[in-house]
Amino acid sequence: MRRANGPDDLLILVPAFNESGAIGGVIGEVRGVMPDAPILVVDDASSDGTYDLAKSAGAGVLRLPHHLGLGGCVQAGYKLAFELGYGYVIRVDGDGQHDPAYIPRLLEVLRETGCHMVIGSRFYELKGPHTSAARALGIGLFRLVLRPILGKPVHDPTSGFVGVNREALQVFTGSFPLEYPEIEALVVLQRKRFQFQEVSCRMRPRKTGRSTITAVKSLYYLIHVLLGVFVNVLKFEGRRRKK
Amino acid sequence: MERLLNAMTVLSIVLMIAVLYSVRRSHIRVEYSVSWLGASLFLLILSRSHSTLNWIAQQLGLTYPPLALIILVFCVFLVVFYRFSVVISDLKDANIAMAQRLAIVEFQLQSQNEER
Repeated sequence: MRRANGPDDLLILVPAFNESGAIGGVIGEVRGVMPDAPILVVDDASSDGTYDLAKSAGAGVLRLPHHLGLGGCVQAGYKLAFELGYGYVIRVDGDGQHDPAYIPRLLEVLRETGCHMVIGSRFYELKGPHTSAARALGIGLFRLVLRPILGKPVHDPTSGFVGVNREALQVFTGSFPLEYPEIEALVVLQRKRFQFQEVSCRMRPRKTGRSTITAVKSLYYLIHVLLGVFVNVLKFEGRRRKK
Repeated sequence: MERLLNAMTVLSIVLMIAVLYSVRRSHIRVEYSVSWLGASLFLLILSRSHSTLNWIAQQLGLTYPPLALIILVFCVFLVVFYRFSVVISDLKDANIAMAQRLAIVEFQLQSQNEER
């Protein structure tokens, strides 16, 4: 895979774990929308041929030696993107839930507003059920908790359809949550007083596989994320004693 | 009370021997055996020194000294577990960083080979 052509160059990052049923289609769709943007699939040690399928679809594939989980997988991609000099990275999940048709809009907002992160949001402007009632309840709780921390509302804090600029990329190469990273990543950026924007997107049902957050894991997820947010709040740079 | 203290003495000696044996067989690194040896030694001293145990029980306001021993054992092992949680977290962070670095280096090598 090539290095960035300039500081304004975009890389599409696709984290994938056992997504053989969807990965080829996702790469094809992304290529259809963004024919010039290089695509990097980060294979989180899949056992189902995801690596070969992504390779044969023409993407660059970063294969992790063992399973790191979503956060470690995404961070590996961010690290490589940063080293290759990319100015923008947009993450599209390998399960086909994120519609690549929204990538140009995400990139446009990143470039034009100068914000550090842009979130493809299911609930921003679009009104209507896009998720189960239980998950919507959880998202509602996260919104409530995040509102005072971020200083502005975030409609879809659990969305993984995100774009970041190089400054955010640099932060994430050093500090990125390992499990369920989306919400904590927002707080990590807030520690640096970075800005984020939301862009209205429609999400599709995943093509294959299952969500990493099952009903049994939901409570653990809730506690884990809230604790992660709390810990990150304690790390706020502005609250450290001035030396 | 005496039976419980004897059991604690046996437990601490067994723990000490097991740790020393594991260190000798390289199953535990020396630096991580220190916490266990310290904990077992602490347990051994308390189970054999009635005056110390009685004094601690008095300080804690306990009328039954073996209860003080159990509370102290719990606290000591809590410290050991906490220390190992810190060690495991460090190891996990290092492991993740190393796995990511390995993947990136491998990727770059492969890219260079493909370009040739």
